[in-house]
Amino acid sequence: MTGYLTRRFLGMVAVLFALTAVIYAVFYVAPGDPAQLACGLKCSPVQVHQLRGQLGLDEPVYLQYAHFLKGLFAGRDFSAGAGVLHCDAPCLGISYRTNEQVTDMILNRLPVTASLALGAMVIWLLLGIGSGLLSVLRRGRLTERLLTSLTLAGTAVPVFIIGLLLLLLFCAYLQWLPFPTYVGLSQDPQQWFWGLLLPWTSLALLESAKYARLTRSSMLETLAEDHIRTFRAYGVSERRLVTRHALRGALAPVIALSALDLGTMFGSAVLTETLFGLPGLGKLIVSSVNILDLPVVVGVTLVTGFSVVLANAVADVLYAAADRRVVLT
Amino acid sequence: MSEHLVEVSGLTVEFPVADSFVRAVDGLDFTLEAGQALGIVGESGSGKSTVAFGLLGLHRGTGARVRGSVRVAGVDVVDADDTELRRVRGGLAAMVFQDPLSALDPYHPVGDQIAEVYRVHRKVTRRAARARAVEVLDRVGIPDAARRARSRPHEFSGGMRQRALIAMALACEPRLLIADEPTTALDVTVQAQILDLLHELRAETGAGLLLVTHDLGVVAGSVDQVLVMKDGRAVERGPVAEVLGTPRETYTRELLAAVPRVDAPVAVHVHPGGGSTAEDDGVLLEAVDLRREFGRRGATVAAVDGVSLTVRAGETLGVVGESGSGKTTLGRMLVRLLDPTGGQLRYRGRDIGTLGEKALRPLRHELQMVFQDPASSLNPRRSIGESIADPLRAAGELDDRRIRARVGELLERVGLDPDWYHRYPHEFSGGQRQRVGIARALAPEPRLIVCDEPVSALDVTTQAQVVELLGQLQRDLGLSLVFIAHDLAVVRQVSDRVAVMRSGAVVEHGTADEVYDSPQHPYTKGLLSAVPVLDPTEAAARRDARRAVVPG
Repeated sequence: MTGYLTRRFLGMVAVLFALTAVIYAVFYVAPGDPAQLACGLKCSPVQVHQLRGQLGLDEPVYLQYAHFLKGLFAGRDFSAGAGVLHCDAPCLGISYRTNEQVTDMILNRLPVTASLALGAMVIWLLLGIGSGLLSVLRRGRLTERLLTSLTLAGTAVPVFIIGLLLLLLFCAYLQWLPFPTYVGLSQDPQQWFWGLLLPWTSLALLESAKYARLTRSSMLETLAEDHIRTFRAYGVSERRLVTRHALRGALAPVIALSALDLGTMFGSAVLTETLFGLPGLGKLIVSSVNILDLPVVVGVTLVTGFSVVLANAVADVLYAAADRRVVLT
Repeated sequence: MSEHLVEVSGLTVEFPVADSFVRAVDGLDFTLEAGQALGIVGESGSGKSTVAFGLLGLHRGTGARVRGSVRVAGVDVVDADDTELRRVRGGLAAMVFQDPLSALDPYHPVGDQIAEVYRVHRKVTRRAARARAVEVLDRVGIPDAARRARSRPHEFSGGMRQRALIAMALACEPRLLIADEPTTALDVTVQAQILDLLHELRAETGAGLLLVTHDLGVVAGSVDQVLVMKDGRAVERGPVAEVLGTPRETYTRELLAAVPRVDAPVAVHVHPGGGSTAEDDGVLLEAVDLRREFGRRGATVAAVDGVSLTVRAGETLGVVGESGSGKTTLGRMLVRLLDPTGGQLRYRGRDIGTLGEKALRPLRHELQMVFQDPASSLNPRRSIGESIADPLRAAGELDDRRIRARVGELLERVGLDPDWYHRYPHEFSGGQRQRVGIARALAPEPRLIVCDEPVSALDVTTQAQVVELLGQLQRDLGLSLVFIAHDLAVVRQVSDRVAVMRSGAVVEHGTADEVYDSPQHPYTKGLLSAVPVLDPTEAAARRDARRAVVPG
């Protein structure tokens, strides 16, 4: 197990290195001048030139990358106007536009995205596994057909439509919920919960459809297996067959997929964040890509990339824990 | 009023197929008394398992139509409500299922699964149920039952899993045990142990036993009465000694005749090459200290551990061994589907064991293989003709028209209709599919064919036909065959010489007669004594002999 985790960790580090290198390479060939964009339209060519030097953009791209790596492990210094700005390791650089440290920018926004993704996952798992289970227990009846149609509709409607509808209904029309805002969990757990409930739900509705279908189909598959027949032939009730024997088998792929989705959610929650005005990582990366703010883009990508590879590793470990026949090597 | 333990009358079971019904069981009657054992024998598709499932009302809710009456321990299974039916299932009558690997839940410890069943029928605490599970596991001979009860099924061997299933059946002290092919997936020695266990338990608990099997040998030593089924009907029934000893019906006689025997060779072999043992120049393939290890760094297992043997031109070498003995690994190395990790493999005097893929290619067509499961070794999405044509196309010597003609010839040669070129594997029976596999192996005109368990998935009558076909082809084409099987009787039937494998090594080899009539190695002796015999008296005598060897 320790050997497996070590190998897995080294693999993750290698993937993240490759990721940063690729982004630097893409930025090198991408059109547009970051210095011009950071300086604004009113800057004279001289000012732009000066800024370019200040940001280190006049250096060859491999040197810029080397500085970035050094900052990551040892920290680095930036010349900011007159003084020197020191940035401790792990330093992801400073934003071209705001001169803010990227590490701080990410740390400020990470809790928002993390709250959003984790909370949504809890809801989509409850909804997805619940309705999948229900449709198996009530197979062939009206409940099942109703659930199938609902989940299909859930998959078909884009998240910003669902989100908008929920917003209109619960915040504007019924006024049961406040308009979503982000309040830190440590500040006020209750406000945190109510403020995020709608974003969670709209994300989860979309995802839960997928989970309901996955739960249902893998459970039906398990129900057709021989060991289910064994317990049926020993007088075990149908409900117990489903909840104790079929669900366990069906959960393994659900666990694996949800860990992956959670990882992806860190980078792709941008629509939800934008719709509900939440200051998360998704919003940050979109605005930074538009102005070619390289350090921010690299930083956010590293964090989201890390969460994806970490989620992958966690999924594998969980899968092995759910099914003892799986040996991690 | 004397109540029978099982009373089946006019049982008819029909399964929905497309828009009509197929009759699997057709007006079957039988009874079974407490403490007695009834064997239901038949080939696949005879409806024997359908009957067994019917006794527990397992057709309910599957869309099958059940008519007639089935009474088990006084309960009318056809009409009982769900609650009463659940009381029968496992409580009054318990089923021992066929495939012990898939019949247990892979996610839960074996002990918990037995405890769960116990708690369905008895109002006891979780703890008491666990204790009961350990008790029955211990009863069926699982060593260190308290600890093993916490293991999951995949941590058990095939024989132990089958014991665990029997333990589950015993948990609630049912009055009827239904065993559906309880030993089909097991090695002969383990099979003997399981049958002995069932026999003992019946004597001890006084429960009735219904044994469903395709194997007449299994029935001989284990039941009092036997019922032979064909196409859903009872063809013949009576005391086991009578039915097996002096069968009245033609079908029963055919079945009996098809059973391969260890005690008497059937086929007469012609040895065009080096049949006589004095001659050594006919050697086609020779393995010298051949080895194969699996695994990496430190954790290697030698599947084949220094095997030396020779295959002469035109002869059949039989390789017998139980599962895990390395016989399949050896077979694959002989045709270089697997690379040996040590030793030499000489084909017509040339070492091909270390030959690279490119150098090997001109020889590939001379070494062919027939696989165990013809269903999975044929591509289901391609017609059988295309599958057979593949090796011909790969050789690239014939044009399309000639390939078609050659495939037609091959199909005819293996006893199939040449017009079936465009049919797909699922349209054929198991025996026909195996014929297709043989035709495919014959296509490139090989000198040697390694057959890995070619008949173990087939019914006895089909088995006999395929074995006959292989013998015929060998005589006509002068082929050399390596025939790998776990079934000692089949191997004797086809082989000139036999090698007995155990734990990756050949423990004994010689001519078939030598090995079978005067086995030298204790392992060979043990194997031979475990083979079921068709004579019930002899079977009982052997059981007593086995018990004398291993007391308790």
